[in-house]
Amino acid sequence: MGEISIEGLQKRFPDGTLAVEHLDLAIGEGELFVMLGPSGCGKTTTLRCIAGLERHTAGHIRIGGDLVDDLRPSERDIAMVFQFYALYPHMTARENIAFPLRAEGLRDADVGDRVAEAARMLRLEGLLDRRPGRLSGGEQQRVALARAMVRHPRAFLMDEPLTNLDAELRADMRAELKHLQQRLGTTMVYVTHDQVEAMALGHRIAIMREGRLEQLGTPLEVYDRPATLFCARFIGSPPMNLVDVELTNGALTGPGGLAIEPPAGLVRGVRLVAGLRPEALDVTDPGAEGTVAGRVVSEEMLGDEVIYVIETGGTDLHVRMPPTTHYGSEAPVGIRHAGGPPPVYDPGTEQVVA
Amino acid sequence: MAVRVEDAVPVEATARSAAPPPGRRRSLRSVVEIVLLAVLLVVMLFPVVWMLETSLKEGRDVYAVPAKLLGFDVTFDHYKDVFVQRGGTGASDLAVSFQNSVLVAGLSTIIATVLGVPAAWAYSRFTLKAKRDQLFFILSTRFMPPVVVVIPIFLMYRDLSLIDTKLGLILIYSAFNLPFTIWMMKGFVDEVPSEYEDAAMLDGYSRFEAFHRFTLPLLVPGIAATAVFALIFSWNEFVFAVFLTSSEEARTAPPAIAGLIGGTTIDWGLVAASAMVFAVPVLLFAFLVRKHLVAGVTLGAVRR
Amino acid sequence: MGSIRAEGLRKAFGDVEALDGVSLDVPDGAFFVVLGPSGAGKTTTLRSIAGLERLDEGTVHLDGLDATRAAPAARDLAMVFQSYALYPKRTAFENIASPLRARRLPRADIAHRVRQVAELLHIERLMERRPAQMSGGEQQRVALARALVREPRAFLMDEPLTNLDLKLRVEMRTELTRIHRSLRGTFLYVTNDQVEAMSMADQVAVLREGRVQQTGAPREVYERPANRWVAGFVGSPRINLLSCRADGDRLVGDGGWSLPRPSWAAVEPGRPLLLGLRAEDLSLDRRDEASSLDGELYAIEPLGDRTLVDVQVGGVVVKVKARPSAGGRPGERLAVAVDLDRAHLFDADTGVAVPR
Repeated sequence: MGEISIEGLQKRFPDGTLAVEHLDLAIGEGELFVMLGPSGCGKTTTLRCIAGLERHTAGHIRIGGDLVDDLRPSERDIAMVFQFYALYPHMTARENIAFPLRAEGLRDADVGDRVAEAARMLRLEGLLDRRPGRLSGGEQQRVALARAMVRHPRAFLMDEPLTNLDAELRADMRAELKHLQQRLGTTMVYVTHDQVEAMALGHRIAIMREGRLEQLGTPLEVYDRPATLFCARFIGSPPMNLVDVELTNGALTGPGGLAIEPPAGLVRGVRLVAGLRPEALDVTDPGAEGTVAGRVVSEEMLGDEVIYVIETGGTDLHVRMPPTTHYGSEAPVGIRHAGGPPPVYDPGTEQVVA
Repeated sequence: MAVRVEDAVPVEATARSAAPPPGRRRSLRSVVEIVLLAVLLVVMLFPVVWMLETSLKEGRDVYAVPAKLLGFDVTFDHYKDVFVQRGGTGASDLAVSFQNSVLVAGLSTIIATVLGVPAAWAYSRFTLKAKRDQLFFILSTRFMPPVVVVIPIFLMYRDLSLIDTKLGLILIYSAFNLPFTIWMMKGFVDEVPSEYEDAAMLDGYSRFEAFHRFTLPLLVPGIAATAVFALIFSWNEFVFAVFLTSSEEARTAPPAIAGLIGGTTIDWGLVAASAMVFAVPVLLFAFLVRKHLVAGVTLGAVRR
Repeated sequence: MGSIRAEGLRKAFGDVEALDGVSLDVPDGAFFVVLGPSGAGKTTTLRSIAGLERLDEGTVHLDGLDATRAAPAARDLAMVFQSYALYPKRTAFENIASPLRARRLPRADIAHRVRQVAELLHIERLMERRPAQMSGGEQQRVALARALVREPRAFLMDEPLTNLDLKLRVEMRTELTRIHRSLRGTFLYVTNDQVEAMSMADQVAVLREGRVQQTGAPREVYERPANRWVAGFVGSPRINLLSCRADGDRLVGDGGWSLPRPSWAAVEPGRPLLLGLRAEDLSLDRRDEASSLDGELYAIEPLGDRTLVDVQVGGVVVKVKARPSAGGRPGERLAVAVDLDRAHLFDADTGVAVPR
């Protein structure tokens, strides 16, 4: 009913720019699907094509099995939430939420019921009679959500709805949004450039770059095994360590002689890059078993963890350690790889090879 | 989102291609648009075109019945009469009044700009007591049509012996233009981040040097636009000119041209020609700074 | 040769009190961060120290000398603005050279020093470009170079990394720390990003509504917050705060939960309190019959190296740091083990931390 299928989608703007280049996506019913990428990657354009605010130049879009290519936005039975809430300033919250229903011509009693339901789900009961000017950013965004919800659409389209909120509020709203989506069970297509948001919210994430799909997977899949170097650099903070490695005698060696457990299926004699997550590395006292020598470049005490930048063999590595660790700046240390086989990439094609 | 999602489309979307409406409705809208615009065009331009023609017609054609739209003999005599004394040599009286207009409008614009820009900058950068009220007061002087104060000004000028002097006009025009230049320039100064001056001061420049080296160059388009507006006001000003001046020596062009109308016979050709000549400088200036005019008019209107 | 002492700074804009008695003691050579939400008064504090704002009350001493009335140019302070404030019509070279030109240094010296600084920041190839032809990160380095070239008494930085994307921000953080170490200059850095503060600062002053809430090393501010706002502002995710009261040897929550009262908490019964629990001090793996909260799974947020599990406990959503593979369905009943030794208690009215 709410599944969305995108087949061969292409969008070329009148000035020639190719915003989206042959995109295929199958979004499941009730899925919270995230499109992630830097600005200009085509994620917002794709969302607007799904909404019908942009007319795609090739390909097909189906919502709930119905072909919607030629349908106007109002005919697609979808609701959209924008970055800038777009609430009518001269109407109260209640009137804002009721607006789409009145426009459809619903009976007063039904309108009242639906508004009450949405208000309850989004905890807006005490705020319904206020105007947007008297609501905080987070409250306004909840009203915008309620307005989208009351129509009981087949799918929600969200265009970076949390970007405008300050960090604290964003973290709270994230949990609420996720909870809400799971309760409603409605398909949601969510666009963001914030990789933390994408990971936290998405059932699956589509990483996009310059109009093309780089990787599609669950948050853990995308995190543990990025499909390309671009994805590896984009997801995770601190960023994944991308190091040159050599395969010798069945062992993978990194900078400074770092020993890494090789994944199966690697080809000998080829230049390779391994992706080592900061938490897969360990900093110890120098000379400890299995370590290579390194030097502390910086130590960032972040409260619940310490992030080290360790220089070894000419390369800087980011390492995540428990908060009790302490090695001073410039201190000699030992560093070892403590995780399982990492993803390995071909530096030329930038694709993962194992 | 609202039922009609397309209604809430952000601005950029309309600049790119939105879904085109069905063919038939589009052509009907265009036809109606074109007809309405054409009517408007005719209504607005006709008096100007008529005036242009009148300035080029022989005397008898001006009064011709039925009125001659085309097919008349063109003469430039009226234009000559604007500048040269009839029946002789030397500048005509009208020419003198044009000269006066240039002097009065030019000087008053310069004064209003030179005083207005620093004042606007001060209002923009500093916190002052009752700043909003001060600014409103300044703006409010423009609410008032000159005709309301012309009698008190006349009496004041009489006491100061400023009646019938170019200086008198320059002063009153400066006074009327100054609030306007302050108000408009403040908008432009607000657009230039004060951080440039802060950075310059920390670098070691004095406040004035900082303004002069870094902010002023960025204000040039704004100053141009403001000056043109002030110039247009002073150039076209009629009420003060007609009340406060009488002699040919001090009179500016608007009362001089108006003075041609009256008496037994009216030389409409001359009137039309003088009006055309009078309009040209302003049109020229406005054209030269047209890009900045849009900026000046819409400044602060769109909230980003 | 670069200490800054601000005492009792007061500044109002109209009837808005931006600074309400701010005092900072920045030792020579320290990387001192002023941390606070937007509107807290951080920028006003910085600008007052720079001399760009006139104070209503308070003094500014630079290296022991009273600079309260001195003009900005005389204070020998360099500032990096959030918007970089690069002169748009000048090249990068001219921008960096500007402070040296203002002091009328000879041409050859200027060129030499600009080149040195450009090398330090790896921006040699940008010298002939205008700001409009540079990326955000490049502009930022030029702004930094303009400050560095002066070798001033101290560097003032107003949220310089805010406009950069995440990757650049992480890079620049390490870079700034490196530059600070090699220059050994005094850095007074203002930000609303607590990660920046925690990772770069020698000392942090947490500012809220024009008042300094607490000053100390990052670790101290994190582990021993003086009040609920400091606790809430420093640390990600934000500390969980639960309303409760002491009742005999228990802490009883407004939502109906109950935990043993920590031994260090000497509070009279009935006093309204806030129990502060950091996400990493809560666990879904550990079993602790004595000290645990019962709740319902609200949402799961996988973040890659960890998963945040949101649990609804007595009407409040609490975030718990869990293993990356943690999962579950909303509505599931869960028991959250609480490490009370690491918990915090705050007075619900004043917000002040209950001393240990």
